[in-house]
Amino acid sequence: MRTLRFLLRKEFLQIRRDRAMLRLLIAMPIMQLLVLSSAATFQIRSASTYVVDDDRSSTSRGLVQRMEASGRFEVERASGSMKLANEALLAREVTAIVHIPADFERDLVRTGTAPIQLIFNAEDGAAAGMLRSYAASIISDYSAELEGELTRTTLDPRVRGDDGPSGDDGVSARSGQIRIQTSGWYNEGLSYTDFMVPGILVLLVTMIATAIGSMNIVREKEIGTLEQLNVTPITRGQFIASKLLPFWAIAMVDLGLGLLVGRLVFDIPIRGSLLLIFGAAAIYLLAALGIGLWISTVAQTQQQAMFLSFALNMVYLLMSGIFTPIQSMPDWAQWLAELSPVKHFIVIMRAVLVKGAGVMDIKIPLLVLTVYGVVVLAVAVKRYSKTTA
Amino acid sequence: MNALRGFIVKEIHHILRDRQTLMILLLLPLAQVILFGYALRTDVRGIRLVMVDPAPDPASLELRSRFTATGIFEVVAALPNTDALPGYFQRGAADQALVLEPDLGDGGSVMIITDATDPNTGSTMQAYATAVIRGYEHEIAGPGGGGIRIIPHARMRFNPTLESVNLFVPGLIALVLTVVSALMSAISLSREKERGTLEVLLVSPLRPWQIIVGKVVPYLVLGFANVLSVLAAAWLLFGVPFEGSVLLLLLESLLFIVTSLALGVLIAARTSSQRTAMMGALMGLMLPTTILSGMIFPIASMPAWLQLVTNIVPAKWFILISRGIMLKGVGLAHLWPETLILVGMTTLVLVAAVRSFDIRLS
Repeated sequence: MRTLRFLLRKEFLQIRRDRAMLRLLIAMPIMQLLVLSSAATFQIRSASTYVVDDDRSSTSRGLVQRMEASGRFEVERASGSMKLANEALLAREVTAIVHIPADFERDLVRTGTAPIQLIFNAEDGAAAGMLRSYAASIISDYSAELEGELTRTTLDPRVRGDDGPSGDDGVSARSGQIRIQTSGWYNEGLSYTDFMVPGILVLLVTMIATAIGSMNIVREKEIGTLEQLNVTPITRGQFIASKLLPFWAIAMVDLGLGLLVGRLVFDIPIRGSLLLIFGAAAIYLLAALGIGLWISTVAQTQQQAMFLSFALNMVYLLMSGIFTPIQSMPDWAQWLAELSPVKHFIVIMRAVLVKGAGVMDIKIPLLVLTVYGVVVLAVAVKRYSKTTA
Repeated sequence: MNALRGFIVKEIHHILRDRQTLMILLLLPLAQVILFGYALRTDVRGIRLVMVDPAPDPASLELRSRFTATGIFEVVAALPNTDALPGYFQRGAADQALVLEPDLGDGGSVMIITDATDPNTGSTMQAYATAVIRGYEHEIAGPGGGGIRIIPHARMRFNPTLESVNLFVPGLIALVLTVVSALMSAISLSREKERGTLEVLLVSPLRPWQIIVGKVVPYLVLGFANVLSVLAAAWLLFGVPFEGSVLLLLLESLLFIVTSLALGVLIAARTSSQRTAMMGALMGLMLPTTILSGMIFPIASMPAWLQLVTNIVPAKWFILISRGIMLKGVGLAHLWPETLILVGMTTLVLVAAVRSFDIRLS
């Protein structure tokens, strides 16, 4: 025990001495949490739109007006030329083009149907798909509104179905109307920060734990001090513990600070028990640090260790389920995601913080993490043999 | 000039001698682009659905089969009431629940409850479920009721099928190149510092800028090899379109590598140990590049002050350029502002690196 205490003091002294490192370990994660949490959002703001109205009728103007009134589209420019509109789309000045062909109103009155053309810049991912469905629903509402005006039925599209269909006469092709209510549990306001802050925090803490853990022993190896340590009576367990505990403590502090910032700045919900979170985190961080240590015993130089931990962190980052849903990945990738401890800890964080889950609800991921930690640490201790350095 | 050449040759020897590291440097970026190119999808699939159906009847069974027929939904449980529902969500065993009222076919109501913990997936799942029910409703209503219809023809320019791969691959290339290049140059410089061999370089006739150039040039070649391999993978494996000029894309990539290498040098010049330099390069670049570059999250969605912040992320500009060339087929005529910004950034970072490169030992 005394040996371990001295070793720990040495590690802490080394960390304290490197001011730049301390800044990296404590200030940087918190700063990144503050900045990045608000950036990680798919929320669709209003799309700048180019309107090419060849019809110039009251109906076409009405359509444009409805699109603007929805708040999803903002008419940035309008002209009669599709060429100019395309040019604007190409230069990313607008993200959508609405093209209303000539005779739009006439066709609508005579034949009942008329096409319009919508062009989206799909360069920016999922946003384009969302805009398309917004546009479709605005247009179908407007069609219904026009129909109401023209046929003078009293059926208001907005309240249709509210009291159920009364009869089966001709106009009410809407018999059998199903009333749909939607409800988003745990996150009624669809707030992105509620979701992102805990996730990004876990990623930051994990990156620190893995990267720092991975360079630990290999550094002593490279500088040559590992040989000196090997001839001392320090046991393998003591040595590994002395390398692990300081960073474990720092990562726990980071997690605590991060949760505090999340609560104060982003007002994230903490519905479950904080004790449970920290208990799970204690286990999780041992696993994460253990993986780092394991890299450290495999790599020959700090450079190699760094690239290995970079590769690992990329898997952690992109397959954590924070940025893209895991259930959408191909099967093999889902298995890979299962192997990453980050995924399990994020499941725990979400379940406890957002859904207020208790120990019994998270017993499976908790068990996975425990097994993970034990196995990884055992392997790391075993791999570090004092004879070959 | 002779001294510089000698220095570069020495650096190349260093890189070539460490075969293990060289292999890691050459294969890692390629492996990552391939792995994540396949794995990352923004569309939502495999939604686990709980049906709460107090009185199953033909109409509700029909609706249920409607959901399974889409291939997107998978009914994991059928419950008589909502009591057990919170447990399913808390254990993470279900994503969505459909609460039916009796007499569905006769103007009943349906409640769609979605686990909205992840707001993006949540709202997508909600939209999917609504669409399935509306489709069902349309069918039982039968044909007729034509009335007035405006038919929107939507066209997705530059990525007609909204293929995730086409959007992610340029971003992945930018992310991997940024971190790998910055790490490489940061390490090579800080290693000399840590081992004390920088002293030897400092007393040599090499000027600071020459030391930096000598450090960067060999890795530039390595970085370019990475570009070639990942672009080949993008083209051959993922079928990402190359609408524009490949030559322009290669030149822009080269420019971007220089930017990233320069960043690494700056980090190394400002830190004292390898460990700190590497942590700085990894921690300082990985997450900000992923989130602020527009690779995953649309920049237009961010708050205004953050949109300004994204301007200092080099990867943002490179993604705009590479998407422009690969998906839109535009040339320098459209991309000169982005290119100019990258050139400016590189110059700035390089000057800062040379400046903060202390010729005296502390």
